[in-house]
Amino acid sequence: MPANLDNITILYSDVPSLQQMQNLPCLPPFDEHVCGFLSAVGQKLLSTPAAKAYPDIITFAFFCRKANLAKLKENYGTRIANRLGRGVSFHIAPSNVPINFAYTMAAGLLSGCCVIVRASSKSFAQTDIITAAVAQVLCLPEYAAVKNRLAIVTYGRESDATAMLSAMCDVRVIWGGDDTIAQIRSHPIPPRSFDITFADRYSACAIDAKNYLADYDAAKTAQDFYNDTYLYDQNACSTPRLICWIGSNADICAAKARFWQALHSYTAPRYQVEPVVAMDKLMTECRCAIGLEQVMVPPHADNLISRIQLSALTEDVPQYRCAGGSFLEYDCTDLTAFAAIVTRKYQTLSYIGLDAQELKSFCTQQGLCGVDRIVPVGKTADFTLTWDGYDLIETMSRIVYTA
Amino acid sequence: MTIQKMLEYTPYELEAQAKQKLLTDMFTQLTEHHYQNCPEYKKILDALDKKPSAINSVESVPFIPVRLFKEYLLTSVPADKITRTMTSSGTTGQQVSRISLDAETSKNQQRVLSKIIASYIGAQRLPLLILDSKTVVKDRKLFGARGAGIMGFTIYGRDVTYALDENMQLDLNAVNDFLDKYRDGPILLFGYTFMIWQHFYLKLKEQGITLNFGENTTLFHVGGWKKLVELKVDNETYKTELLRQCHITRVYNYYGMAEQLGSIFVECECGHLHASIFSDIIIRNPYDFSPMPNGEKGLMEVMSVLPTSYPGHAILTEDEGIVLGEDDCACGRKGKYFKILGRVKNAELRGCSDTYASKFR
Repeated sequence: MPANLDNITILYSDVPSLQQMQNLPCLPPFDEHVCGFLSAVGQKLLSTPAAKAYPDIITFAFFCRKANLAKLKENYGTRIANRLGRGVSFHIAPSNVPINFAYTMAAGLLSGCCVIVRASSKSFAQTDIITAAVAQVLCLPEYAAVKNRLAIVTYGRESDATAMLSAMCDVRVIWGGDDTIAQIRSHPIPPRSFDITFADRYSACAIDAKNYLADYDAAKTAQDFYNDTYLYDQNACSTPRLICWIGSNADICAAKARFWQALHSYTAPRYQVEPVVAMDKLMTECRCAIGLEQVMVPPHADNLISRIQLSALTEDVPQYRCAGGSFLEYDCTDLTAFAAIVTRKYQTLSYIGLDAQELKSFCTQQGLCGVDRIVPVGKTADFTLTWDGYDLIETMSRIVYTA
Repeated sequence: MTIQKMLEYTPYELEAQAKQKLLTDMFTQLTEHHYQNCPEYKKILDALDKKPSAINSVESVPFIPVRLFKEYLLTSVPADKITRTMTSSGTTGQQVSRISLDAETSKNQQRVLSKIIASYIGAQRLPLLILDSKTVVKDRKLFGARGAGIMGFTIYGRDVTYALDENMQLDLNAVNDFLDKYRDGPILLFGYTFMIWQHFYLKLKEQGITLNFGENTTLFHVGGWKKLVELKVDNETYKTELLRQCHITRVYNYYGMAEQLGSIFVECECGHLHASIFSDIIIRNPYDFSPMPNGEKGLMEVMSVLPTSYPGHAILTEDEGIVLGEDDCACGRKGKYFKILGRVKNAELRGCSDTYASKFR
């Protein structure tokens, strides 16, 4: 079938037709050519003046460093010894996180797959800068082995590219939430292929009040929490919306005062609350007041931070999500009540003043069907090769079994 | 103070201090009433720690977001008192507001609307040409705010005639017959801003027909400007074009919403929208919802003394506006006068849960 590329913009590709990528060899995970290519892209980005203005590009460039890739490979150890990439991976990046396409692309290549990534059709400088770096690096003879294994494309709703690319892929990686997944799934994939889906998720933060007061710098913690929330409009799946305060009433009271004050000071000069977001927050306060038992909204001087104090945790809590700085709070002495409401929808549990291993033991012992990530405050948005409970390298590669 | 008493005033006669005193009294009573009788409203006020007894000014009356009426049916009277549930028109695909009306609220809406309109055209009933289709009011089941608005207006008129047929096509014969009959005397016209433009004005223009309504004709029109703004038609252009095509000299736009029928904000001869003694307008700073000084842009809170069957006396809208002044408009009307700048723009949020599906097949 000749590719109908009328409505698709190829940002980078080195094959006459994308279908030809099906015939390329599968590589083992962390193949040296792939690692070499990614670290060269990272270096290129770090020396690109235009990239300096984008902290997300710099973070990606650091992810691509040779030493980091070597460390990641080492962590896998023998788990990837008998593996090969599954073939062609087709990635649909979300429209609102500019950098995501780069990470999903890197994960696909590292797994040993060829990658076709659909970047957001919105115009982002990050897309242009990274695509330019990729194209420049792939012109060099030493990366010839990777040259034809990657295509970066973009297209609008009118394009039939999703149907075409779905029909030829071995793994389809869908970012962007429930509605996008439903839309993309209307396009069939070959019988042996499967989807890795990143659905709409809900995330929480647990704070030990006493340890926070004793061991944490208020300003530094506020900055970390800001990076988890306001930096992306509190609209990422991993962003905390529910905060569980653990401790005695007195400690919680003192910790809250310190925490929110510091967050306000850090956020005020950096974050602009749009009028419609201010309305959304008020609306959420009203919806919670009506739908949840005995909620209390502490007085706030402005619309920067909206806090809603819950008197009980119920399963419908995720229905009251609102972007742009809206937080539900619950006071407790341990996480039992939280564990009772965790559903498949829960993704990240970030923490302050708690121990990751203990939290992990708690979640596994409780047999929770949600919570796939337990990370310290400030790290909720950090990309890792394990995301939403998938190991991306293992999922996008297959085992060559020998007996 | 009661609505009955307030009806003894003319709609624009009170100056700031007297109006503030009267409205503070009315809004305190109303807030207390809704607090006692609408469970959802009580929960909101309790959560926000707002007490009806703490009200000491119009600005301190607790307000609720207009979107609440799209998600909840809020009622402050027993269910058997509700005579009608009004729905807002809302463009396709949008959720519509649902408003519970009882006999008392409906009656007061009608009386106050009469009072305000009469202050413009006098109390007598005038020949009325509705620049819309009769089908909008025919089917009671489909009876939305658009139908209610027309019905509400028909009581100021006699020999009510519709300018559009069942298919929203211009009924030129009906219009001409009406004009022939009443050419010399005062005529009242009513319609929806965009409908008039689309189905009346543009049709006349297309067919190269000019009408001569003349000096004694008054047009009131209401409804959203969104589509007209897209067509780059502002209020000035609107008036100029209606004057040119139909020779209508007195054109009054008014701002009204399904959530606050009756206490409408009518444009004056200077082109300013006015709050009557039955309503008020507060511009709030989106940063902290504090009231903003005159002349500054912010979110519009609309207030009405009429809603007793639902807690809609103080509503924060999603429109932006500016209060231009108070008690000193050149038209002579007292009270605040203002202009509307349009709907707040949707936020372009970052983050992975996106609205992609609608843009992407």
